[in-house]
Parts: sequence; structure tokens; C-alpha cells
Amino acid sequence: MKRIILTYITALSCTAAFAQETIYPAPPQGKTIYLINATIHVGNGQVLENGALTFSNGKITAVGNNLPAPAADGIIMDLKGNHVYPGVISPLTTLGLTEVEAVRATNDFTEVGEINPSIHSLVAYNTDSKVINTLRSNGILLAQVTPEGGMIPGTSSVVQLDAWNWEDAAYKKDGAIHFYMPSLLPPPSIPGRSFTVTKDRAEEFAEETGKVRSFLSEAKAYLQEEKHTAVNLKFEAVRKLFTKEQKLFIHCNLVKEMLVAVDFAKEFGIDVVIAGGADSWIIADVLKQNNIAVVLTQPHSLPVTPDDDVDQPYKTATQLQQAGVLFCLSNEGFWQQRNLPFEAGTASTYGLTKEQALTAVTLNTARILGIDKSTGSLETGKDANIVISTGDLLDMRSSAVVHAFIQGREINLDNKHKQLYERYKYKYGLK
Amino acid sequence: MSKFFSSRKRLSRLCLLLGGLLAGSYAQAQETFPVNGVADNREGCYAFVKATIVKSAGTVLNNATLVIRNGRIVSIGNGPVPKDAVVIDCEGKYIYPSFVDLYSDYGTPAVKKAAGGYRSEVQFLSATKGAYGWNQAIRSEVNASAVFTTDGTSAEALRNAGFGTVLSHQQDGIARGTGVLVTLADQRDNKALIKEKASAHYSFDKGSSTQNYPSSLMGSIALLRQTYLDAQWYQSHPAKEGTNLTLQAWNDNRALPQIFEVQDKWDVLRADKIGDEFGVQYIIKAGGNEYQRIPEMIATKASFILPLNFPQPIDVEDPNDARFVALSEMKHWELAPTEAAAFEKANIPFCFTASGLKDIKQLLAAVRKSIEYGLSEQKALDALTLSPARIIKADDQVGSLEPGKLANFLVTSGTIFNENTVLFQNWVQGKKYVVKDEGWKDVRGTYTLTVNPGNTKYTLLLKGTAATPALSLLQQDTLAGAVTINGQLVKLAFPLKKGGAQLRLSGVAGTTEWTGTGVDTSGKWVKWSAVFSAAYTQKDTAKPKTAPQIGNIYFPFNGYGWESLPKQQDLLIKNATVWTNEQEGKLENTDVLVRNGKIAQIGKNLPAGNARVIDGTGKHLTAGIIDEHSHIAISRGVNEGTQSVTSEVRIADVVNPDDVNIYRQLSGGVTASHLLHGSANTIGGQSQLIKLRWGADAEELKFAGADPFIKFALGENVKQSNWGDRQRERFPQTRMGVEQVLTDAFTRARDYEKAGADKRRDLELDALVEILNSKRFITCHSYVQSEINMLMHVADTFHFHVNTFTHILEGYKVADKMKQHGAGAGTFADWWAYKMEVQDAIPYNATIMQRVGVTVAINSDDAEMARRLNQEAAKSIKYGNMTEEEALKLVTLNPAKLLHVDTHVGSIKAGKDADLVLWSDNPLSIYAKADKTLVDGIVYFDREKDLELRQRISAERNRLVLKMLGEKKKGTPTQKAATTLEEMYHCEDLQGGHQQRLTDGNNEL
Repeated sequence: MKRIILTYITALSCTAAFAQETIYPAPPQGKTIYLINATIHVGNGQVLENGALTFSNGKITAVGNNLPAPAADGIIMDLKGNHVYPGVISPLTTLGLTEVEAVRATNDFTEVGEINPSIHSLVAYNTDSKVINTLRSNGILLAQVTPEGGMIPGTSSVVQLDAWNWEDAAYKKDGAIHFYMPSLLPPPSIPGRSFTVTKDRAEEFAEETGKVRSFLSEAKAYLQEEKHTAVNLKFEAVRKLFTKEQKLFIHCNLVKEMLVAVDFAKEFGIDVVIAGGADSWIIADVLKQNNIAVVLTQPHSLPVTPDDDVDQPYKTATQLQQAGVLFCLSNEGFWQQRNLPFEAGTASTYGLTKEQALTAVTLNTARILGIDKSTGSLETGKDANIVISTGDLLDMRSSAVVHAFIQGREINLDNKHKQLYERYKYKYGLK
Repeated sequence: MSKFFSSRKRLSRLCLLLGGLLAGSYAQAQETFPVNGVADNREGCYAFVKATIVKSAGTVLNNATLVIRNGRIVSIGNGPVPKDAVVIDCEGKYIYPSFVDLYSDYGTPAVKKAAGGYRSEVQFLSATKGAYGWNQAIRSEVNASAVFTTDGTSAEALRNAGFGTVLSHQQDGIARGTGVLVTLADQRDNKALIKEKASAHYSFDKGSSTQNYPSSLMGSIALLRQTYLDAQWYQSHPAKEGTNLTLQAWNDNRALPQIFEVQDKWDVLRADKIGDEFGVQYIIKAGGNEYQRIPEMIATKASFILPLNFPQPIDVEDPNDARFVALSEMKHWELAPTEAAAFEKANIPFCFTASGLKDIKQLLAAVRKSIEYGLSEQKALDALTLSPARIIKADDQVGSLEPGKLANFLVTSGTIFNENTVLFQNWVQGKKYVVKDEGWKDVRGTYTLTVNPGNTKYTLLLKGTAATPALSLLQQDTLAGAVTINGQLVKLAFPLKKGGAQLRLSGVAGTTEWTGTGVDTSGKWVKWSAVFSAAYTQKDTAKPKTAPQIGNIYFPFNGYGWESLPKQQDLLIKNATVWTNEQEGKLENTDVLVRNGKIAQIGKNLPAGNARVIDGTGKHLTAGIIDEHSHIAISRGVNEGTQSVTSEVRIADVVNPDDVNIYRQLSGGVTASHLLHGSANTIGGQSQLIKLRWGADAEELKFAGADPFIKFALGENVKQSNWGDRQRERFPQTRMGVEQVLTDAFTRARDYEKAGADKRRDLELDALVEILNSKRFITCHSYVQSEINMLMHVADTFHFHVNTFTHILEGYKVADKMKQHGAGAGTFADWWAYKMEVQDAIPYNATIMQRVGVTVAINSDDAEMARRLNQEAAKSIKYGNMTEEEALKLVTLNPAKLLHVDTHVGSIKAGKDADLVLWSDNPLSIYAKADKTLVDGIVYFDREKDLELRQRISAERNRLVLKMLGEKKKGTPTQKAATTLEEMYHCEDLQGGHQQRLTDGNNEL
């Protein structure tokens, strides 16, 4: 057993010498791997102290406290003092669709037009983005790559973060269509400054959402008929919405916007997820009654209004949890995703248990993205998407990811940042 | 002395005037304008008799006579009526001086507003043609008298509101030139204009200027200060400057009353500070929320022109919209009408202006509201009449009724502030303007009506108001009829029984009786006459007004503000884990005694004495967090990036103590913030270190005695890389050019320093000279190694040190050079990939620099992240294995060192300021919350008190919402619920700050 562990340490230090371009995607899992003596955070709320977990051919085969002895040809990892987590999932991100935000040539997340459901983010996902590896080393193993811009910017797909190309990366294709709802925030005023308001906000809202409404109505009607003289790609693109194989993520934050979103679900008989949800705490019960899930964007935000509780964004997750709403946590942007575990940490500081907070970035996310049958928790039969940290993954004070597996493949945790770190430690002769 | 002198002067002028009047000098009657037709000279002599004459507020003559001639008052009192006077019986009527408004644009051309900020066309110099100054917003050469022309429609509206005289100026620009005093008489401009240059006007608003500079409030302030200096220098007529008509006019205008228009209470202090610097006492045209800071207003010693445009109640019927209206806005609605009363109570001189009123007809209603909210009637009248006249030293002409003054007066049916009083006439320069004729003669009373043939008698009662009397027939059942009086013509109609046909009469209301013809109920013609028999006695139905119930003022004026400012008290924090940041390291179970705002003692089992004990068991005590790079609490622009060098602008001028982010950051353990200019240009503005003394005003927020700093910037922002294709004109557009901007600026500064005493003082170069002399220190926004290296080279060449590189995401590449140069670093924990120059940013940056020996701080540049700086510091444990104690120093002691205040703050050591945070957990853990945050020993944030404040906010909001709903129900016009925006900035924000959360989530720096 000691020998095997040593192998691992060697392997890790080797990777440090690689350049970014030679951080290879890992080959398929070979031998069965046995994790033992670990604190296993299952992701569903359960914690197994001194737990064990076995995975083989990329799937978790057993989890528990008293597992049968490892087979002789397996790899045993003694994880005493370590924590084992399901891979963290980033539910909304432009990862792989942009490399340098300010450089237009690197931006591939916004297309021209208001209603573009036939756009697929997956085909632009760049597996060689330098950002991806900086996420993996913080425990983020899956991401829903999401387009932005216009009202319906397109369809998102879930990718796993260790791939040669987007086809390899695809974890769930085209699982969601996105609708960025216009805002109902009353036109602003700053004391002493005047703003010119051209249109009544409510009118504008009705007009804009009306466009999406009529698009969906016409699409629904179109899809009733099989033969068409002219194929409408946009209508075709939303077919799975009406069969509920796809979800409509409605991006909105304010109460009335969210109520409209709830109504969309009823009107069109589709699965709706609210993305954003800054004010979801106000109508948590309504969301629960209507079985609307929420992707809560960025607990690390300022309160919506100057009078709101100063810690409101930190505790919104707790209020949704208490109301029984299915929710997960997200973070804005792409490189920022590496801080997603800490968004969960904050949610825990302000009310969630640590395990609930973990669920909010793993199993709940998987449920909302429709991938919970294969990932999101460390349960038998699911993909071995596993993160191992020497300390609490949700606290920057102790988070240190030492191993990670995607579908059983141990991935390389090196990244550009570590390499530059090594380069300049070398320059200054630092150990 | 001056008082004596001026009154004597006034007296002598008065004598002259009277002399002229009595002599009826022919020369006085002459004029240059030819007459088309037969000359029609009239002296316009009138005597208003039996009137109640209010000469000025508090001076009332009963049954008195007012005599006017040639547009001026001749006498007031009981003297004889001149034979040639037209006598007007004013029995029962009141005569008041007409109102005076000091803040008007009457008769001046309309001003077109222009933006002229960043993303507009590039315009470095003024577009005004002529021998004027360099900045288009300095318009001292504009004289309102030169552009003034009477405007019948506006004049009528103003007269109808009660005004007789206005001080008018073109409300355009930062220096607006002179104001002209004019009457509202409808006559030739020559006659209406009574003082050609009566005032000089200023503001912070660049108005129609299309020039880019200034784009920020601090830029406006700097421009004003520099212009004062330039004008002083121009007095020596420097040859190189040539003729500068703007500066010439600026100097000429200095002798006039100086009126400064501001937007709010903090602007008042900003303007007053400029005045103090240059020996000017401004008269302040206020914004309307000055009542929130009365002690500060008193201290300015200014006279004020108060607006009456109180906010309308907000339509809060939709709770989801009302949610976005801040409590401060609701409270302001309730408290705005208390402004004048607060000024009266504080004995601050003030007058009223109608400026800003949506409907000028609401003027008296607004004044009545002020009275309802505590203003005395006498003061209210004074504020409309004599006070404004005095403020601009025109009280020899207008403002009260005195012989020799202009015959500008109002004739009313009763006391001026009574709701039922009718304003009949407004006489301006001796000319009558009828405001309302109806009711001039009060015909109300009992009449005996005789109808012939038949000699049928009826008793009629005319009641209602004098202006619109109502008729009823008095018999067994009183029957309502109708009466219309139009001048002399009168119509009557009434039924003889309920629901019956009407008797219809019309005729003339004569001097002694009313007579006429009509048709009776059967259709036959009749003749009628009516004789007055008894006056109408009105029952006083007005309910005594009860003083309105109003909420308290908060300091600052924000939901989380104090009702009274907190006081220092001695504290003993017991049994905490104390992170000293000193050699002692982390001390378990330790007490810290705070006395007089300082850390007095650190030890175990310290006696409490009189100190309040705070239990720290299980908690951690650290020094307060210091954010080395912050943009909170800044008003109206964080960048004055319209030029590449703007070292003359100062954040100190625009600190905004009301920003709720001060409170939010206290809740995250921040006790001091270094407020920086943005990064839009190479040499930005001067920064300001503040302590988060929530509730204090801008001056009190400042960290006293701290070394002054200035913001520099390098790289993509200053070369406008990400500003779009239109912004390609400003030098520099490359890192090569940035080096030249710096070298050029410091070369000019060095030459300037050597120049003689007669040099033009240049605020921009003054700041750079301070840098050269190590009296001001640089915080430089920077990213890539080449530019970091470059700035250190420039600094070496000019023999100064770069104090701090901020952002500095490639600092790890040149940490050795930085150490050698003596530069420190303030950086982000883990930001990258948002722009090209952060491609090599790594989260190990802080650790590497720290290990090489650079003083490293982690800072926020972001109002949200600043609340979690302890967590950002903790990332250095994750990235690079920094020890916990060293990591904590990244946000406490190290920024204190970078800011040269480590002898006062940054660690827990006896004698240092008690800027402390009591954490619920290890301060580097994400699970830690700040339970209490102290500045100078005052607990400014307390998690338990915070819960009470939340309840107070909720209760107060609810109270005000109900009150506003009540107003709406009563039919009071309302304003739409508008989102109260918070001003929030990052480095790169060019114009307005914005609410981050719901509009734009990206932090691009």
C-alpha cells in the first residue's frame, strides 16, 4: 500500500515540470481505485467518517464505512485526514467561450439577434482554454457552458473539464435554453441627477417578453405539424422544451420577473429554472409550491437595495433551503468559477450546514441540470467525479485539492498559475 | 462699522430720491426713445387708503395709506393724500411688499445641456470663440444684463405668484458670469432692468460646455480653485497670456455678491471650503436636504437661498416597486419641508426661491407647508421679501415698503399665508397687474330683491367666497340658486320651490343697488332691483392645524444611520484570542482595554474599572482591516481622466459620508479605506484615507495627519485600449507614451519648482512637486512587469520613490526590483483573465512578493469584496502556504505600513488607535463573521444592534409607506417609485457609478 501512495506523490511532482500545453487529458481509468480512511462528504448531506469508496471503469461501485477488502490488483489510496467530495459543478459560465474578456477576438458567447435558440454553446467550447485547469485544481470538474446576449442567446451544454475537444467534453448536450428576461427594476433616480426614461418599464417589459411568448406559442403550434414547406430552425431548436427533455433557464432577479417566469412554466407546460434569483427569498414559498428550481447567482454580492440586510445575499440560500426550494449556487463569469466552493462556504457561514452548502454546488446543481443520475454525489452507480482535499473544500483557509477524478480518470491538477509560481520560485531561489 | 456706514449711505441716497420726486425734475422725465403719436406722460400717482399695510415682516400699519408716484413709494402712513392721486379704497385688504427671487433665469436665453464626457467627441479646449479662457465651463464674461429681455408670459406667471423682482442669470456653467436684477414689469427692458451687475454666479455643473474637462465633481472643484489662482496671476497682465476676457471678468466680478448653486448638503460644504481658501463668502443656493446637517450649515456662515420644491409623495402602491425606493428617499419626502424651520431655529440667514417648482402657482402652498412644519409666518414673509433683498444688497430698492423704494407690492384679501386669501393685484414699479379681479369687491351679504310688476320681495343671501359667491333664497326652505358676477354685470337664477322652475334675472351691479330685467317662471318679462341689507359673516371653519408627526433625522441620512452620534466609551474586551500582529503573535484568553479611543493595555485578567465589558470568549480580536484601494463614499465621478495629468483633483473634495457601503464594510471588519482616484489617466487625482466613522461628515471621516497620496496608473486603461475605436486621440496610446507623459510631467514640475515667486501657481504641478520632495506619495495602478520597471526608472531619474504599486498582478516577476526600489504592493488575491494585461496574473503573486521581502497588501477595488478582505487574505494560505498571521497582516498591518499610518493602526499594541474587530471565528476562515467593529474605540458595527436597525428600517418604511398611501388617497399628486441608485465605482468607471448587482456583474479593472 505504501508503495502505491508513493507512486502518486511522484506522479504529482512530475506534473509540475510540464508546460501548460503538456497537461494532457487523462486516459480512461485502468485499475479499480479504493479510497480508504477518508472523511467522505457524499453530497446528499451525509458524511462518512473513516469512509471508503471504490470506483471502477469510471463508476462508483461502493461507498460506505465497512467495504469489502480491496482486490489485489487495485490501487489503494489511504486518505487519512483528507476529505473526499463530489466534483463541484459550475451551473452557469462562459468558460471556454472566452479567454480574455476585454479582447473581442477571444469572446464567443454573444451572437447577434434577440432570439437565437438554435445556437449551441458546445461547438465553441475551447477545451484548451488556460482557464479550465485553474478551476479543476479548486475542485470544479463540470460546467454548464452558457451563451449570453439578447433575450434567448441559445442552448447550453454541460461539459466535463478534462477533454481533448468539445465532443469529448460533452457531458450533457443542449440541456437548457436560456432566456434573459428584461428587467422590471423601476427607472432609477440619484438625488440631484435626472435620468431620461424613454419608455415605461412595464410596457417595455410586456413588449419584450411578448416577443418571447409569441415565439414559444408559434413554435409550439409549428411543432404540432410534422411537415413544413420551410423548416424553421429556431422552432425546431425548442422541440425538447415541450417534451421536457430540455429546461428553460429564465434569468431574472426581481419578484415580478420571477412570477412571470413561474407563469411561463404553466403557460407553456415546460420546465423552468430561475437563474439569478437575487430576490427569490421574498417568494421562496411560491417557488416551492410551483416546483421552480433556482440557480442563485453569486452570494458574494452587495444587497439589492440600500435598506436590505447587509448580509442578505449571503443568507438567501438559507432562506431557500428552509422553504424547501431546490436551488444551487453559481458564480458569474469564467475564471471566477474557481471561487464557487467559497460561495458555498459563505452560504454556510450564514445559515446552511456545511453539507447543505456542499449539496448546493454538487448534487442540487446536478439535479437542476438534469445530470443527477450520473453525478453530483458520491453514490454507487454514478460517475467517479471526485475531489480530494486535505482540508475543508469550502474554506480558502484550508482548501487544498490534491487529487481529482473525472469519470474515474485521475486528472492533472497542474495549471498555468502553478507553473508561473514554480518559474518565479526558481528565479528567486524560493523553496 | 460697516453696518453704520451702509445705513448712512442708504439714508443719503433716500434723501436724493425724495428730493428728485418732490422737485418733479424735468430731466428725470426725459428719455431717448421717440414717441409715435401724442406724448402721454403720466406720473401714476395712486393712494391706497384704509389698507392694512405690512411694510416688512413684523411691521404692520392698520388703516394706513400708501402713496406711490412715478413707480416709487412716496409715503406710507396716515399722511395727506395728494390731490392728484387716484384713490383706491383698500378697506379690508392687505398690502405686502412683492416677493423677490434671487435664483431665476427669467428673460435669459434657454441653455442647452451638453454631456462632453468620456465617450463623446474628444475636445481638449473651449469651443467658445473670442479672447476668452481655456475652459468652456468658465463663463465669467457672460453678463445676464446683456442677454436679458422681458418675457411677458414668464413675467405674468411670476407676478401671479407674488414676485415683483428677480435676480436673473444664465444658469449655465461652473462660472456663470453676472446676474441682473430686474423687475417683472411689462415694460421696456431698459426700465425693468434695475441693477446691471447685481451678483456673480457659480456651480459645480459644467452645463452646456462640450469640452471634456472637467467630467467629475472633483474636476469642477479643481477648475474653480485653479481659476481663482489664474485670475490672481492675471492681475499682473502677464504678456504671454495676452488678453483673457474671462479672467478679466472673473476679477471684475469678485466685488459682487457671489452666489453658488449646489445640489445637496455636502456640496454646500464643498463650495464653502473653496470660498474659505480664496476669501470668498458664498451665498448658497441650496439643494433642499441641508436640514440633515444643520451644525455644518451653521459653520459655513453663509446665507442661503432655499428651494421650495419639496418632493412629492412617492407612489408606493406597488410594493414590488416601492421596495427599490430607499428609506432615505422616503424620509427626505417627509422631512424636506422642515428645512426652512430648521434654518430659522439655527438662526441661519436664508431666503426662498421658486426655482425648481414644477408649478410656480404652488409657491405659497409650499411656503404654507414650511410654516406647517415649524417655520414662523414672520420669517416666511421675510424670506420672500426683505431677506433676499438684503442678501444681494438691493434692500435700498426692493424687499420692503419704504418711501423711495420701488412701488412693488401686493394687494390681497387677507393675510398672505392664509389659504383662503386672494392675491388681487401685484403692482410692479407703480404699474398695476391684476392677478385676480373676482372678489375685489366683496358683495357677499343679505339682499332684499324686489320684482315688478307685483312688488314681490325676496330675501337673498350671497355667501361662499368673495371671489365666487354662492346664492341662496331664504324662505321656509332655503333654496340654492346661482349667481355670476362679471365686473359690473350680474346674473341671478333661483327656483321658487324645490325642483320648480327658475326665476332668471340679469342686470348691472351698481354702486348703490343692483337693477335689471328678467323672466319669471311663467315666461313673463319682469324688472328687478336688489338692495344690500346686511354683510355676510363667515363662520371660522378652519380646523386648527396640528403639527405634523415626523420621524427622526439619521446620521448619516440612511436606513442604518444613527439617531444621535455615538460617543467614545472605555471598553474591556475580555478573554479573546488576540492577533496582535506584533512580536507577541497570537495571544489566547487575553483582554484588551480600550481607553479614550486608544488601546490602553493588553493582558490577562485586566480590571474593568469603569469600562464596559465585552465578552470575547471563543472569539478572535484583530486590528481593523485597512483597504488600501477603495472607491467607496465618493460623489459624482471617480475619474477625471479627461487629461493625462490631473494631479490637481482631489478625492478629499468629494467624500460622500452617506454611502451605505461604509456601514456594509464595517460589517466586514473594515475600519479604514484609502479612497483612490480611478485609473483612466496616467497621473490621476489625489487620494484620501478615511476611517469608517459611520455618521461623521467628510472632514471628520478623514484620517487626520496621514501622509497625502496620489493615484497614478499605467497600461491599458491610460492608453485607452478598451475604450472603443473613437478614443484614439489622447496621448498616450502606448506604454512608450506613458513613460513620456510621466517624464514630461516631472520635468515640468522640476522647472516649475525652480521658477521665481511671481510664477502662476499651478495646482497640477504643485502636487507633482510634493512628490519630488517626498511630501506626497504614489499609489500606482499597474499590471505588467515592463511598466512597473519603467515607473521605477522614472522615479529613480527624478529621485523619488514609488510608494505602492496597486493591482500589480505581475509584481511577482519583478519583486526583487521592487524590493530594491523600496516599493510596496497592494494586489488582488486571485483576479485574472479580464483583460490582456492580466494574462499572467497568478494567485501566488502576494506570496512571492512577500517572500522576496516586499510589503504586500491585499485590497479590494470593489465595494462587495471589501466586505470579505479577510477571506481574500486567506487565499494566500491556499496559494503559497503563507502563515495565518502573515496572511492577516496583508489586510491590516501591511496596508497601514504602505499608507504610513502603522504607528497608529494595523496592530494591537498599547497606544495605538482602538480600531478593532471582534470575529466570531478564526478571522482567516470563511466561517468568520465580524461581530463588532470599532473605530477609535467606538463600536460602529455591532451584529446585535444591526438586528435592531433592521427592525427600525422595516417599521420606519412601513410608517412612511402608509403615510404616502394616505396622501395618494387624498389626491395629492405623487411621483413614480424610482429605484434609489447607489453611487458605486471601480477604477475604470468613467462617468456615473452604478448599481452593480442588477445591471452589470463584471468587475473590469
